[in-house]
Amino acid sequence: MTPWSFFLEHRSEILEATANHLTLVLISMAFAIAIAVPLGMLIVHRPTLRNFVLGLASVFQTIPSLALFGFLIPIPFIGGIGRRTAIVALVLYALLPILRNTYVGLTGIDPAVLEAAEAMGMTESQILWRVRLPLARAVILAGIRTATIITIGVATIAAAIGAGGLGTFIFRGVAMVSDAVILAGAIPAALLAIIADLLLGLLERRLKIS
Amino acid sequence: MKPKAAVRNADPTIQFDDVTYRLNGTVRHTIVKEIRFVIDSGQTLVLLGRSGSGKTTLLRLINRLLTPSAGQVIVSGRPTTDWDPIRLRRGIGYVIQDAGLFPHFTVAENIALVPSLEHWDAARTSARVDELLTLVGLEPAQYRTRRPHELSGGQRQRVGVARALAADPPILLMDEPFGALDPVTRAELQREFRALAGRLAKTIVFVTHDLREALALASRIILLENGQIVADASPQDFPRLDHPEVLAFTASLTPVPGSPS
Repeated sequence: MTPWSFFLEHRSEILEATANHLTLVLISMAFAIAIAVPLGMLIVHRPTLRNFVLGLASVFQTIPSLALFGFLIPIPFIGGIGRRTAIVALVLYALLPILRNTYVGLTGIDPAVLEAAEAMGMTESQILWRVRLPLARAVILAGIRTATIITIGVATIAAAIGAGGLGTFIFRGVAMVSDAVILAGAIPAALLAIIADLLLGLLERRLKIS
Repeated sequence: MKPKAAVRNADPTIQFDDVTYRLNGTVRHTIVKEIRFVIDSGQTLVLLGRSGSGKTTLLRLINRLLTPSAGQVIVSGRPTTDWDPIRLRRGIGYVIQDAGLFPHFTVAENIALVPSLEHWDAARTSARVDELLTLVGLEPAQYRTRRPHELSGGQRQRVGVARALAADPPILLMDEPFGALDPVTRAELQREFRALAGRLAKTIVFVTHDLREALALASRIILLENGQIVADASPQDFPRLDHPEVLAFTASLTPVPGSPS
């Protein structure tokens, strides 16, 4: 069986898994952005919280993904078999790049600009919303882009805990020792990652301020 | 009406009462020590000194970017520590060397910053922006919608001055505003500044390490050395003082044909 013929035969199944995969990624990214960007804004002026938060996010990043999925299964409410657990794990993975870029973007601003803003009588929150955030948005988006690509890849492993997606084909292919089946999952996942990278890269360039 | 007119109505004098500032509060890091002087309304005071002499620190103590470790700075009759720092700063214009323009704002938006913080209506703000652009020698129609990166260094600094003047503050602080400009542009801006200062009748504190600039612009020069005042004189009398640091500065003046002094 060639990959191509397998692909043609199972195209509706592959398409469905791709849609599943994409949904998994989008939901996880929405949560990750909703948590990491405000958290990144919060830690700008709070050094103690900053070290704790960035440290914790780094710890999540170091846990091997398959192990993280496994660890979450027995945890009540967020755990168990299925999509919900997978989303929790994916969110934890996506936090660090977004969080770190948000923080770096918000703090890596020309000191002269911040000094002028403060001396002009802007409050801390005005500086955050009207100066830091607009100037940081390209850097924040770069973090979101990195996180999205990681999430598309890691989401293939979510199939191991029954969350569906393109990983289903990869695990099945490994079990069947069939390159064709593995590729049916791997190629669409790679394409998703490339397309996401291109689109977000385009957006990032548009947000950049000279 | 919000209570914003406080700096405006009161006398725009600035008074240093035995002000000491230490970095991190440690004696070893004393930046300025027991500074005492009064800046009268309408004066253009130049704080002159070498790098690290404490001149920028004195400037930043006025708008409470820094607070004294001892003593107090009194602005318009009240110690800066009694002021709401936001209200205090909105009544004090501030110009720095790199202009510090907001790169994501147009020229007009940069100039309109304080008016927008003070919720001026659009028509009044717009008229003010045009007025200020004209004042600093930039054609409004041509420059309003430009971004800072589309301007030359001299133009950026003009916009910086316009932004500082936007809400018509009685006090203007300038930290080496022309320091990063080429000599030709610098001389041009110094000439215009002198004319402007004469017309606006503001209390201006101007920091520089350039004696020639000090002599050209000041109505009074205070020379700082290691965080202390070593000379305080009019630009006419200043070169005749015999303090070693004054001599060091006057010796640094090499005669240049057509120099403003």
